[in-house]
Amino acid sequence: MSTVAAHSVAEPSQLAKTIGGMLVATYAIIAILPLLWIFLTSFKTPTDSISYPPKIISESSVEGYVNLFTTRTRQTPEFLASLPPPQTWYERLVRSRNMVIAGPSKVVPRFINSIVIGFGSTFLAVCLGTIAAYAFSRFRVPLADDLLFFILSTRMMPPIAVAIPIYLMFRNLGLTDTKLGMILLYTAVNVSLAVWLLKGFIDEIPREYEEAAMVDGYSRLQAFFKVVLPQAITGIAATAIFCLIFAWNEYAFAVLLTSGDAQTMPPFIPFIIGEGGQDWPAVAAATTLFFLPILLFTVLLRRHLLRGITFGAVRK
Amino acid sequence: MAEIKLESVAKTFGAFSAVKGISFTVDHGSFFVILGPSGCGKTTTLRMIAGLELPTSGRILLDGEDVTALPASARDIAFVFQLFALYPHMNVRQNIGFPLRCQNFSRAQIRKSVQEAAKLLRIDHLLDRRVGGLSGGDRQRVALGRAIVRRPKAFLMDEPLGALDSEFRRLMCGELRELHDRIDATSIYITHDQLEAMAMADRIAIMNQGRVEQIGTPQEIYDRPRTMFVADFIGAPPMSFLDVHTALRQGDRAVTIDGASVEMPELFEDRPEGKFALGVRPENVSFADGSPLRGQVIGAEYLGTTQIVTVRSANGQVKARLPSGKAVRVGETVGLRLRPDKLSLFDTTSGEALSSALDAGARHG
Repeated sequence: MSTVAAHSVAEPSQLAKTIGGMLVATYAIIAILPLLWIFLTSFKTPTDSISYPPKIISESSVEGYVNLFTTRTRQTPEFLASLPPPQTWYERLVRSRNMVIAGPSKVVPRFINSIVIGFGSTFLAVCLGTIAAYAFSRFRVPLADDLLFFILSTRMMPPIAVAIPIYLMFRNLGLTDTKLGMILLYTAVNVSLAVWLLKGFIDEIPREYEEAAMVDGYSRLQAFFKVVLPQAITGIAATAIFCLIFAWNEYAFAVLLTSGDAQTMPPFIPFIIGEGGQDWPAVAAATTLFFLPILLFTVLLRRHLLRGITFGAVRK
Repeated sequence: MAEIKLESVAKTFGAFSAVKGISFTVDHGSFFVILGPSGCGKTTTLRMIAGLELPTSGRILLDGEDVTALPASARDIAFVFQLFALYPHMNVRQNIGFPLRCQNFSRAQIRKSVQEAAKLLRIDHLLDRRVGGLSGGDRQRVALGRAIVRRPKAFLMDEPLGALDSEFRRLMCGELRELHDRIDATSIYITHDQLEAMAMADRIAIMNQGRVEQIGTPQEIYDRPRTMFVADFIGAPPMSFLDVHTALRQGDRAVTIDGASVEMPELFEDRPEGKFALGVRPENVSFADGSPLRGQVIGAEYLGTTQIVTVRSANGQVKARLPSGKAVRVGETVGLRLRPDKLSLFDTTSGEALSSALDAGARHG
C-alpha cells in the first residue's frame, strides 16, 4: 500500500475545498444581499419599507414601480369624489393614496439617456481602442512604449480630479448637458482601458493569419476585418463590458455635467427622494431596473469577462 | 508558373543587417530550397519575395516584371507558413476557399476549385470539419490546399514541415515534391533540415549570416562545397578537415600532411605559404595499414549498415564511414586512405574552397 501525501499540491484536501467553498459562499452572500434587499424593497409598501424592525417578508405591492413611472398630485377627498372612477389598476392604486396621476415621470427618458450614453461611449471606445491596439500590436510605431504609457497615465488619477477643467471646457464648447458631451467624456476615460486590454488580445493573434490573407490577395484592411476581428471578438466583448459598466455606473461627472436633457440614471435615482417625500420603494424600483441589464449582461458573458480579467497572467 | 529573380536584395532592421545583398534566379517550374541555420536570413528573404517585407535595396523580378514595391496581394504568390495559419473561425472548406473569395469568384466556381484542390491533397472527406480538431498532417494539407487552390505563379513555403513529427515529415516531403511536379509549379522552400533539402530540391541555396554561400544541385553542394561553412553544414556527419600548412602551386596534385603525401585533384591556383584545410567526407575515408597518414581511433558510432569511426590524427579529427562489419577497437592506431578525386582544399582565412580539378569535373561532367 502506498501512502498518499495528505497535503498534495495538485489536489486540495477535502477540508480545504470545504473551507474554500464556504468562504466563496459567504462572500457571495455579502455581495448579493444589498441587491436582494433593494429588489425586495421595490415590492414593499412605503410603510413596510421603513418599518422597524425591518420586515423581510411583507405584503407585496407594485406601488414603488407605479410611483417611479408617474408624477402624482395630492388632492382633497371632495375633488377625488368628483372625478370619474379610475380606469386602470394603477390609477386605482394612486387614488387609494388620495392622489391623481399628473403625467409620466422622467424615468423613461433618463433610462434612454443611460442606454444611449452608455452604449454610445462603449462603442466608440471599443472602436478606437481596437484600431489603436492593432496599430500598437502590428506596426513599428515610433515611441510606442512612451505612447502606451501616456495612454495609461490618463488612468493614474481619479477622473473627478479634472472635474473643474472639464466643466469649464464643456461650458465653453456648449457640451454641458448634452448626450454627445457625455459620450465623448466617457469614451475618453474608457479608451485607455480599451487600448491596453485589446492590445493584449490582438498580440495573441499570430501575425501569420493576416499575412496569409494578404498574400492571398486581401488588403491589410480587408485582412483586418475578415481575419483579425473575428478572432479578437472575445476580447472585444470583454472590453466592451468593462467600458459599459464604467459608463453605466458613473455618477460624479453625470451629476456635475447633466441636469436635464442628458441626465443619466445614477444622478436621477437620488432625485426621486426629493420629489414626493422619501419614497424608498420607488428608489428601490429604479435601482432594480437600473442594475438588471448589467447584471444580465455580466452573467451571460461571465466567461469572456473572466478571460478578460485573467488576461496577461499567462503570457508567453 | 514563373521565374523568380533576385538582384542584390538586402534588408536591414535598424542596425542589424539580416540579408546582405543576395542574388539568385529560380527557373520556371523548379523546386528551389533555401537552406541555412536559424537567423541566417532565409525567412526574411522569403518574406521579401512574398511582399511581406520591403527590401532595403535591390530588385525582385517575377517573370521579368519588377515587383519589388508591389504589395503582397498584388503578386499572385502563395505562402505556406510554418504554423499553417489556418483561420480558426472557418472550417476546412472556407479556409481553402478563402483566397478565391477575395477575387470575386462565383460560389459554384469556388466550390468546384476547393473540391479539386482537396481531392488532390486527399482531404476531400474533411471539407466540413473545423480546423481545430485536425491532426498536424491534415492541417498542413489544408494550408497547402489554400495555397494551390488559386493556381498562383509561385509557392513559397517557410519550414512547412517544421511543426510535424519526424515520421510525418518524411511522408509529407514526398507528397510535397509530388504535388509540385503534378501542378507544375515554381516553388521556393525554406528549411534548416538538410535531409529535407536534399530530398526535395532541384537546386539549393545555402545561406549563412545574410549571405548566400553556395547555390547548386544537391549533388554539387555535397560533393563540391564552395566554402567550409557549406562543407560543415551539409552531410551527417559533416566533412572532416585536416590542417595543412604549406605553399601551393598551380598544377599540384598532392599536399603534405604530417610528412605524408596525400593525393588530391589538380590545383588550378598558386597560393603563398599559409594555413589551409583539406576536407574529406566520411565515406571517402578508408583504413589502409600501409598509409603514412596515421591516427588513433577515439570512438565509433554504430548506425546499422555503416558505422562512423572517429580518428584523431596529428592534424585534426577525421570521421570515416565504414561497413558496420569491420571490427574497430577504440585506442588502436590506424592508417588512413583518403579518396584522391573527392578531396577539397579550403583557405582557412577566407573559408573558401581553392579552385581545382574537382570544380572542373563539375563544369565538364
